[in-house]
Amino acid sequence: MTQQPDHAFPHRHLLGIEGLSPLDISLILDLADSYVDQSRRIDKKSELMKGLTVINLFFENSTRTRTSFEAAAKRLDADVINMSVSSSSIKKGETLIDTAMTLNAMHPDVLVVRHANSGAVQLLSEKVDGAVINAGDGRHEHPTQALLDALTIRRRRGTIGGLTVAICGDIAHSRVARSNIQLLQIMGARVRLIAPPTLLPSKPERFGVEVFTDMREGLQDVDIVMMLRLQLERMQGAFVPSVREYFHFFGLDRQKLSYAKPDALVMHPGPMNRGVEIDSELADDIDRSLIRQQVEMGVAVRMACLDVLTRPLREGAAQ
Amino acid sequence: MTGAPGRIAYLNARLLDPETGLDTIGALLVEDGRIADFGSHLFKTGAPSVNEVVDCRGHCLAPGLIDIRVQLREPGEEHKETIASASLAASHGGITTLVQLPNTQPVIDDVSVLEFVARRSRELKGTKVFSYGALTKGLQGEEISEIGLLTEAGAVAFTDGERALTDAKVMRRAMSYARTFDAMIVQHPEEPSLAKNGVMNSGELAAKLGLSGIPSVAEVIMIERDLRLLETVGGRFHFAHVTTAAGIEAIRKAKAAGMDVSCDTAPHYFALNELAIGDYRSFAKVSPPLRSEEDRQAVVAGLADGTIDIVASDHAPHDQDSKRLPFDEAAFGVAGLETLLPLVLSLYHNGHMSLIDALSLVTIHPAKRFRLTGGRLKRGAPADLVLFDPDLAWRVDEDALHSKSKNSAFGGRPVQGKVLRTMVDGRPLFVAEKSK
Repeated sequence: MTQQPDHAFPHRHLLGIEGLSPLDISLILDLADSYVDQSRRIDKKSELMKGLTVINLFFENSTRTRTSFEAAAKRLDADVINMSVSSSSIKKGETLIDTAMTLNAMHPDVLVVRHANSGAVQLLSEKVDGAVINAGDGRHEHPTQALLDALTIRRRRGTIGGLTVAICGDIAHSRVARSNIQLLQIMGARVRLIAPPTLLPSKPERFGVEVFTDMREGLQDVDIVMMLRLQLERMQGAFVPSVREYFHFFGLDRQKLSYAKPDALVMHPGPMNRGVEIDSELADDIDRSLIRQQVEMGVAVRMACLDVLTRPLREGAAQ
Repeated sequence: MTGAPGRIAYLNARLLDPETGLDTIGALLVEDGRIADFGSHLFKTGAPSVNEVVDCRGHCLAPGLIDIRVQLREPGEEHKETIASASLAASHGGITTLVQLPNTQPVIDDVSVLEFVARRSRELKGTKVFSYGALTKGLQGEEISEIGLLTEAGAVAFTDGERALTDAKVMRRAMSYARTFDAMIVQHPEEPSLAKNGVMNSGELAAKLGLSGIPSVAEVIMIERDLRLLETVGGRFHFAHVTTAAGIEAIRKAKAAGMDVSCDTAPHYFALNELAIGDYRSFAKVSPPLRSEEDRQAVVAGLADGTIDIVASDHAPHDQDSKRLPFDEAAFGVAGLETLLPLVLSLYHNGHMSLIDALSLVTIHPAKRFRLTGGRLKRGAPADLVLFDPDLAWRVDEDALHSKSKNSAFGGRPVQGKVLRTMVDGRPLFVAEKSK
């Protein structure tokens, strides 16, 4: 893909949605559209990143996100190295910065980093020479998830601006929610949060969103319902009393979806807890659920992110 | 619940309605279990055409009492009390609605247990029985219970019963979660680390008797902590059985600051002080403990100025084997259903408040705070009523109590005010010998 957009991506890293402009986001989404086409071809590969090295550095277990980044990099012909640090160096006492310096010495062009601590990815980005993509840091940000959600919505509805999007569930612990709230607002959508107060961050109004603790009220006139995963350890009384109570009041089923607009669509970042935050049959309904498309868009958005971040490097090499 | 069929007229009654302040001689008509009409005008012009006429002989006819803090022991400890025996005792005490604590076995932290109690009560057609839901699972203070589902199933409020919810983080989450369902939390205000091993109020008497004390500060510490949390989280909150001057003062200030907070006390905290323990009288062993005379006076003052909203019996039935033990080993708690009315009336007889105000502590105040339908004289409302003589003197005889457990702290005490008749949904559950 060699189309030349007139807007240059002005950031060295992609650490979060915070700080991105509508133009930055549109650039990535426009590029991603073309990578969707590329990914649907028989020959999915281009040579954009030939010779470049991408290290997937995951301090926290992940299969889906890591695989998605790996597929994205490989389709652009980069050399990909996967490192799951949770199982190696950390246990030997190496610090985050030691690990970063060690890897930096191998000259990676892009580091894709996930870490359980908020802010850890930024700390690491200050110590390395290559571009860093945040693949999720603690409860802070998960920018590529928000971008792929935006791409999914835009392709289905044509636009993001003017839509009303409800984000439901464990918002307090969700980096996906934080990134999505910002991105949707930057792109002109109205955002609502729906959750029991125990799963809301403190003072959620400061995000500039409407807050509801009742699905019936909160889903009124909503275009998009984004469900979040509820971690198992948070269901047994600490934050909500039980799975059955959570599903009864906050799980999305057809009844609750009927309070939203008649053509409202359902999204979920995965992996889903069927019967906890979402009714199984609804999750599989191709007319209402965008959950499968989200996965496909994930690869395309990550290709676009790799593209924009390595562009200065590639252009420098070409001169 | 279906009411008694037909029409019953209560004539020549002193009608008392604490909600409106009504205090007048008149009549009241019950029709199919509901209050059809009442007032001084009623039946003035002629004899009513009814199935039954009751001549009240000028005695007080008021809404039946609502007792918001009762331990029923069913399911689990039926040898101490059952829903049936408690209902019998309650009807002798003029109580038409009671709310039971969730500390049964199994604990009421599950919809099925709540529904069991509701069904038993419905079948018995006695005193109306409502339940608290457990605030935390198994009353363990760690994980919040299914407040949403229990609210939908009819739980009146949420509490860990005789246990304080100590963990501040769990309490904050519980407050915040309960708000979603507009559910009220009821706390036993006592810091357990200070109360540990204590059996009576700390002080001179405990020192003399050689018993471990529970300092009064244990109460105010927990009250103030909860108020601080409530300030940041919000929600409806109620402190059960407050007993100390400092604790009451903290609640008084919170109310003045506009917080949605209320509290109750039990008759033994305004009618007795720690001296009732005398020579190790385990029947005066209660939790929280009977306090000093200064604290008792503060409870009376709190009732008089409205800081304390409600009086509840705190009925805690225990068999003889649990009470006739060395003081240290005896169970906490007293049977209180049948002495609630006369002890509340003592506030009136002793000049602390009017008769109407005293009655409101056990009728309209608990009805409003706990969102129960009874507690008022209202056309169309269920005919849950009590007919009583406010002045009749009698002596409490614990052996004559109708509760399965006879552990009254007031045995032998002369009191004033006797229940003559108790009606639930128009059905007389209790009719005193003399008024038959």
